[in-house]
Amino acid sequence: MSSLSLAVRDASTMLRRNLLHARRYPSMTLNLLLTPVMLLLLFVYVFGDTMSAGIGTGGAGRSAYLAYLVPGILLLTIGGTTIGSAVSVSTDMTEGIIARFRTMAIHRGSVLIGHVVGSVLQCMASVVLVGAVGVAIGFRSSGATVVDWVLAAGLLTLVSLALTWIAVGMGLSSPTAEAASNNATPLIFLPLISSTFVPVHAMPGWFQPVAEYQPFTPAVETLRGLLLGTHIGHNGWLAVAWCVALTALGYFWSKARYDNPATR
Amino acid sequence: MPTSVMPTSKPEGGQQPLAAVTALGLRKAYGDKTVLDGIDLRIPAGSVFALLGPNGAGKTTTVQILSTLISADGGQAQVAGHDIAASPDGVRAAIGVTGQFSAVDGLITGEENMLLMADLHHLPRRDGRRVAAELLARFDLTEAAKKPASTYSGGMKRRLDIAMTLVGSPRIIFLDEPTTGLDPRARHTMWAIIRALVSDGVTVLLTTQYLDEADELADRIAVLDGGRIVAEGTAEELKRLIPGGHVRLRFTDPAAYRGAATALRDVARHDETLVLQISSDGSQRELRAILDRLDAAGIEADELTVHTPDLDDVFFALTGGSAGGTARRHAPDPQDTPDPRNAPDPRDTPGQPKENVR
Repeated sequence: MSSLSLAVRDASTMLRRNLLHARRYPSMTLNLLLTPVMLLLLFVYVFGDTMSAGIGTGGAGRSAYLAYLVPGILLLTIGGTTIGSAVSVSTDMTEGIIARFRTMAIHRGSVLIGHVVGSVLQCMASVVLVGAVGVAIGFRSSGATVVDWVLAAGLLTLVSLALTWIAVGMGLSSPTAEAASNNATPLIFLPLISSTFVPVHAMPGWFQPVAEYQPFTPAVETLRGLLLGTHIGHNGWLAVAWCVALTALGYFWSKARYDNPATR
Repeated sequence: MPTSVMPTSKPEGGQQPLAAVTALGLRKAYGDKTVLDGIDLRIPAGSVFALLGPNGAGKTTTVQILSTLISADGGQAQVAGHDIAASPDGVRAAIGVTGQFSAVDGLITGEENMLLMADLHHLPRRDGRRVAAELLARFDLTEAAKKPASTYSGGMKRRLDIAMTLVGSPRIIFLDEPTTGLDPRARHTMWAIIRALVSDGVTVLLTTQYLDEADELADRIAVLDGGRIVAEGTAEELKRLIPGGHVRLRFTDPAAYRGAATALRDVARHDETLVLQISSDGSQRELRAILDRLDAAGIEADELTVHTPDLDDVFFALTGGSAGGTARRHAPDPQDTPDPRNAPDPRDTPGQPKENVR
């Protein structure tokens, strides 16, 4: 068996194991979905009328703000779901079975690849669920073509991959599940201070760079552009660059941590 | 030490004195704490080898190095003919490891754990199902197969652990403290399992802090202390390393005590407790000689005790404090040397103190 097909086979075995975990114990995944759904409902129904003034749609009200909000909420959903990945990787590493895997003649990276692919699939499932809530309360993507949809799906996958690798690195660096959960909070904290809720230019001047120069804002702007036809500009390339950089960072970080468990 | 190499495939024809595992000068340190200080091992194929030692002696570290889980700082080792540093995957393909902490996935069922192993050994689906079902039945887990492994008892988890290790039919099995924390019944089941493995021709390296376990299972025993092997040999050879076989006679009547002390030669007297101690190997012939003399003198002891040196004596003599092989009769710090007499149930420890009160 070639080393590639060995890798694919072992990684898919590990993926099945992770999906089995997720299916058997869905409570964590579902709990993590509560945050984006609650934020969505809170901002649409509680603050919606007030917030719509801030996005400059001239009193279009709640439905316009819903359209503005959904893309950011979808990205926040990904951030929240990957916290679960950090926790499950960290929990997994404390289990004896990882030591068993390390002494077996299997593809070395398969454990992590299984986690990553499983996490990306979970992110996409979460995005679909939260997106369905958005549609149920009235979100419509006006004028998005098939190409836009494909690109949007591609962007969401890319963000999921990038955040998952970072989360895996966090999970591997955390001695306990609690620590992993704490260390991974920026993944759901950063989208809160991006352009998810209000445009960057509506923020105080000193705060604008914080929102501007972080990975979520370009991704939010790009997704908004793809779904709603707003101007994307350089945000598209910026979002892809962030994703590639974070993926690479997370990958090498995770690999180093996994190969040297003693330094944990 | 001559280095023999075992072919990666199953050894053909008869029992050859091949080594399944050889190690030379293995060293490992964490920071400035030396954990292994030059370990040499030669484990013949098809035998059971026990690493015996107190907590912190380096048993687990040795197993972790030989099973490619961690790397050594110095020295070299071959497992199943593969160098652990140069060809770790060759080693991994030939071994099975059951660690000290249960290596099962608690979130999925016993059966799913087994099928996971079958998939990772790239068995065809049907073969995988068959092997899983067979092993679950062999280890009495068929009934629990559909339950999450986290709900298993300690003994069941350990059995599942070994069953998972056997999925790939390894030729060499490492068992790190396979019975620690098990109740007496589970412990005996585990012993039976290990014996059955050996009868299949598998080589077993086990670590234990229980002397009776090493005595019971192992062909050869290495006593590990402070990262060094302080003694190695069969249980009998180790027992011969230290003196200590004797017969004790206890009296309540001082006159009888003095009479016996005169009638018997070469006795150690303990006048305050009215106890006589006679060096003896505990054989029937020597016992009869002692009893004959007492009969001839018309003396009856109130209590007669035969003490043969067991591995406890060896253990305490060899692992007392600083290593280096200097035999001492008693361990100065009993906290460092777990008392195997605390083992779960005296009835279940046949190799235990052979001290019989008559």
